[in-house]
Amino acid sequence: MSVAESESVIRFILDGSVVSISNIDPSLTLLQYLRETLYRSGTKEGCAEGDCGACTVVVGEIVDGRIRLHSINACIQFVAMLHGKLLFTVESLQTAELHPVQQAMVDCHGSQCGFCTSGFVMSLFALFKTTARPDRSQINDALSGNLCRCTGYRPIIEAAAQMFEIERPDNWLTQAAQEHVSPIDEYESGLINLLESIRPEKILYLQHSGKQFFAPLAVDEFAQLIEQKPGATIVAGNTDVGLWVNKQLRDLPEVISLSQVNELKKIEVTDSEIIIGAGVSLSDAFTELVRHYPELNDLFRRFASMSIRNAGTLVGNVANGSPIGDSMPILIALNSELNLRKGKSQRKIALDQFYLGYQQKDCQPGEFIESIRIPLNNNHYQLASYKVSKRFDQDISAVCSAFVIGLDENGIIDHLRIAYGGMAATPVRAKNTEQVLLGKQWSEASVEIARQKLNEDFSPLSDVRASSAYRLKVAQNLITRFFLESQSEHSDQVIDLAGVSS
Amino acid sequence: MSESVANNKSIPHESAHLHVTGDAAFADDISQLEGTLFIALFTSEKAHAKVISIDTSAVEASPGFISLLTTEDITGSNDCGPIIHDDPILADGVVSYIGQPIFAVIADSFLNARKAVKKAKVIYQQLDAVFDLNQADNNKSYVLPPMMLKKGDASGQLDAADCRLEGQFKVGGQEHFYLEGQIAYAVPKEDGCLHLWCSTQHPTEMQHLVAQACQLDANQVIVEMRRMGGGFGGKESQSAIFCCIASLAAKKLNRPVKCRLDRDDDMLITGKRHHFDYDYQAAFDNDGKIKSLQLKMLVGSGYSADLSGPVVTRALCHVDNAYTLDHVDLGAYCCKTNTQSNTAFRGFGGPQGAFATEYIIDNIARCIGLDALDVRKLNFYGKTENNITPYGQPVEDNVINELVAELEKSSEYRSRRKKIEAFNQSSPVIKKGLALTPVKFGISFNVVHFNQAGALVHIYTDGSVLVNHGGTEMGQGLNTKVAQVVAIELGINPKRVRATATDTSKVANTSATAASTGSDLNGKAAQDAARLIKNRLILFLAEKHAIDKGLISFANDKVHLGEKVIQFNELIQMAYEARVQLWSDGFYKTPGLHWDQEKLVGSPFYYYAYGASVSEVAIDTLTGEFKLLRADLLHDAGNSINPAIDLGQIEGGYIQGMGWLTTEELVWNDEGRLLTHAPSTYKIPAVSDCPAEFHVKLFKNQNVKDSIMRSKAVGEPPLLLGFSAFFAIRDAIASVAEYTIHPPLNAPATAEEILNAVDYCLNS
Repeated sequence: MSVAESESVIRFILDGSVVSISNIDPSLTLLQYLRETLYRSGTKEGCAEGDCGACTVVVGEIVDGRIRLHSINACIQFVAMLHGKLLFTVESLQTAELHPVQQAMVDCHGSQCGFCTSGFVMSLFALFKTTARPDRSQINDALSGNLCRCTGYRPIIEAAAQMFEIERPDNWLTQAAQEHVSPIDEYESGLINLLESIRPEKILYLQHSGKQFFAPLAVDEFAQLIEQKPGATIVAGNTDVGLWVNKQLRDLPEVISLSQVNELKKIEVTDSEIIIGAGVSLSDAFTELVRHYPELNDLFRRFASMSIRNAGTLVGNVANGSPIGDSMPILIALNSELNLRKGKSQRKIALDQFYLGYQQKDCQPGEFIESIRIPLNNNHYQLASYKVSKRFDQDISAVCSAFVIGLDENGIIDHLRIAYGGMAATPVRAKNTEQVLLGKQWSEASVEIARQKLNEDFSPLSDVRASSAYRLKVAQNLITRFFLESQSEHSDQVIDLAGVSS
Repeated sequence: MSESVANNKSIPHESAHLHVTGDAAFADDISQLEGTLFIALFTSEKAHAKVISIDTSAVEASPGFISLLTTEDITGSNDCGPIIHDDPILADGVVSYIGQPIFAVIADSFLNARKAVKKAKVIYQQLDAVFDLNQADNNKSYVLPPMMLKKGDASGQLDAADCRLEGQFKVGGQEHFYLEGQIAYAVPKEDGCLHLWCSTQHPTEMQHLVAQACQLDANQVIVEMRRMGGGFGGKESQSAIFCCIASLAAKKLNRPVKCRLDRDDDMLITGKRHHFDYDYQAAFDNDGKIKSLQLKMLVGSGYSADLSGPVVTRALCHVDNAYTLDHVDLGAYCCKTNTQSNTAFRGFGGPQGAFATEYIIDNIARCIGLDALDVRKLNFYGKTENNITPYGQPVEDNVINELVAELEKSSEYRSRRKKIEAFNQSSPVIKKGLALTPVKFGISFNVVHFNQAGALVHIYTDGSVLVNHGGTEMGQGLNTKVAQVVAIELGINPKRVRATATDTSKVANTSATAASTGSDLNGKAAQDAARLIKNRLILFLAEKHAIDKGLISFANDKVHLGEKVIQFNELIQMAYEARVQLWSDGFYKTPGLHWDQEKLVGSPFYYYAYGASVSEVAIDTLTGEFKLLRADLLHDAGNSINPAIDLGQIEGGYIQGMGWLTTEELVWNDEGRLLTHAPSTYKIPAVSDCPAEFHVKLFKNQNVKDSIMRSKAVGEPPLLLGFSAFFAIRDAIASVAEYTIHPPLNAPATAEEILNAVDYCLNS
């Protein structure tokens, strides 16, 4: 890359104007920039790790010719990653009257101390603009990344329903999500034009206080850069790297962002597999996966929070390789593969071969994951993935398990993959357990054998989330759960909490 | 969801329109002055050690470094203890817990300060550290002398009753997790003075401790506080250390200095709710009537006393909860451990005291095969007899019997109990549980002289009104209620009344906004001030129009003089021109309180607030996870000034109490390092924890005492409503062994704790 071919000004749209920023520290967070440079103090810092939602803002992009919005956490997002995007903060909703979301929050007594409120307002605004008449579980999903310590949430949940009832001047901003897509109005077309006017055409290259930041546009350029700078940090959604900066105070000398590489944002579905690019957000990836694997809906609802899923990527979760990453057990159990790329050369590797040890991967310096290939369920296997944690929303698993089973016409297990998170230094298959079950009848007796065998597969750690004994016990019990669930068509018993009500 | 039971209005929080637009300014949102500097704290890496040496050479070479602040810079007293002087601002030679501030780094930005402080190297010589309450108790290592509350003949009655039970259980601490972290911004002013903007429930104490640390007179320090992003007790005494450090640095450098904490540092440095270990012996008759209770409570105080004394006093005074206990022998031991110094937290020991008896009653009911609700009802206080508390105060306003009867009916407790039993019979994996628990909570500070308040009311010549008082707004709606009181007194629309920031230069010598007393005390003081002005206006009108004072009334922004009507605005303009004083102070002190802290007897409470809740839960016996299915709350807020705000306190308190007893687990490692120091590891309730069915109502009542508008305090009592969620979980666990075994469930009832208790019951 030569400097002449790059640009060094970050541009995004805020309140109808182009914000141009040059000469900044590339790891400056959006929250810092909003509060300390733009003096927009409505967006708050509650935790600086994407776990409380007080910093929630809404980001927009053009998707299929329309503006699409989603909520993100400003505290762990670099300003540089806003390049080419549309930003709404709580101040953006300000007109002569309160926005319907804000009015509903006032009318329902949805704020007490008020510190979390602007974050809630922005999550509700994203919901207001994307989901027509959400039900309680959609409201929960939209607010899963926002903590409130005062209200107990009831009035906020009520506001989420009531905001659609409030009539305000009908412009795009105050126009609720419609059952039928409404035509593009003047306001939206203005935003589209503005976004077109700042569409990145060159690689973004920032250099400041010994740090470099690159946001290339083409995948070839991206691959070349990574090969040239094997020590660089690759970022997509920044949901983990943001914490390195905020909490560990790490300086990142070279950062390469894939946020502008459109080729990596593609999902391809063939007869046999789903191929998800490295730039595809967790939200988009899960939407597609649930289309093919509805069994996974509950797992994905519990994966981090809405705003984290909107920013983070599925491949990022896989590449990060945390032993408690919640996507990997099921991806391993489904026999997914990774497309790795280094410069121009590409190779495939099975996901269960990718993790070599704690924070160690079969990935060369200068190599990166271009996409993940997830087989379709053409064999009609039964599958499930269960997450167990202290709290339903936005928590890290104590144990996460995944099962994919195939039975022959006699009920004999002829295909089985079991994988766990939280049980070892990496997400990993329970190979001894798989082995002992293959060829056996799928029965209570086999489950008992499998439970015992699991002791040979794992000796988990004790930590802040759970003890070793609990992890092992739950890992065994989840085999039982999977068995019961696979038999559930023969029974009307409720076997999970999701299905139970007063 | 709920109906208004008062004539008074559910107007929105006075700042609601500012909260939703992001315009409500918190301490960190106030425009910074040119030259503002920033602090980061170096905190101890050892739980108990001598500090041998501190090497700050790399710190001083770090970009943006300006200065250090060490114990040598503390010109006044190195102490920020609210009662006992055992709380150094900066550790002096010896550190007592991991997270204790040793020195501060001042730099040109928050980030540079944080980066610089990491470069310090401290060498320690380790000393023996104690973390276990039993170990501290065995060593007789307490932060305060043990406290005993005895009534009747507990040991004698133990043998006389039909049945006996004994056992141990625990309840964990709780992190406040106010969304806005601790913060103080200190600005030097002329003649050695300081102006502080901070997030605190106790501006006066901040003023005094800053003055003592900086060797200033109190009249040289102004503390201003518009609003907190949550307090919950965590900003009562524990805001002091940050106020003192910011002030000392501002004095040293003669520059504005901000001390704002990163969340992890906040959680690592500050104290939490006290955790308790209980050991009891109880005796009761075959029908469940409690005859005797002996209870030893080991209290986790942490390394210093902080507010442990009054917290434990309140715990002892709430062991009775809603029950007549004639023969009790209660002991509380404030164990000294090398951990954060635990402090006030909504309920202030009351929840920990009442939890013990609820746990014991839960066991008694299982022993004799009765529904726990029946055992509870049998033991409730009477109205005119069986109404003397263990500390000697008669309960004169008891409504628990009728309140619980109403809730039992409206929640369909009995029919749901049957349905749940049937469900459990046919559901091997998912088990349901149900519980109803009551609350009786004493209102007033246990220290008599704290029960006073002052206010100022100004009426400007345009008829707009400003009220200022000694209480602090932390989301509880205090300013809204006080403005309503002033509006009601003056017969004007509440929109005319503006409440302003708490300011030690306006109302002096204020008490902490704590013990749920904010509205009771400051509402009365503001009412007094408004009434004094109104009386002057009445006198003026009576003389001017030669009319009897009794014929003059204020309502709907108008003043009625018999037949004649004047607009409030007009009256004010006329009164001004006639040189009537249009502003006034007001004062209030709660009558009739007395308390002997030595003997733990007296009448410490002006009145009691009551409530009850029913929770229905389901547990997953494979994982231990639980789900709250339905909650029904009925709570006594007296004649509510603002039903919407009171309902918000009730619901929020219930969910916070449930969080304390379920998912909110504090974990320290073997070295004494707190591992749960961020929301990624410490789990407060989130949106899915709010039950799908949530019925919340105010109990129709009026305070029998002359409280403000006959309302009742509502800040803390609802936290205890969360008990029913815990006992419903315990009920669900007990079902796996046909309700014959006491599930050994400690709080918090995390998934792991629940699964262990399930396995115990299955394998016993």
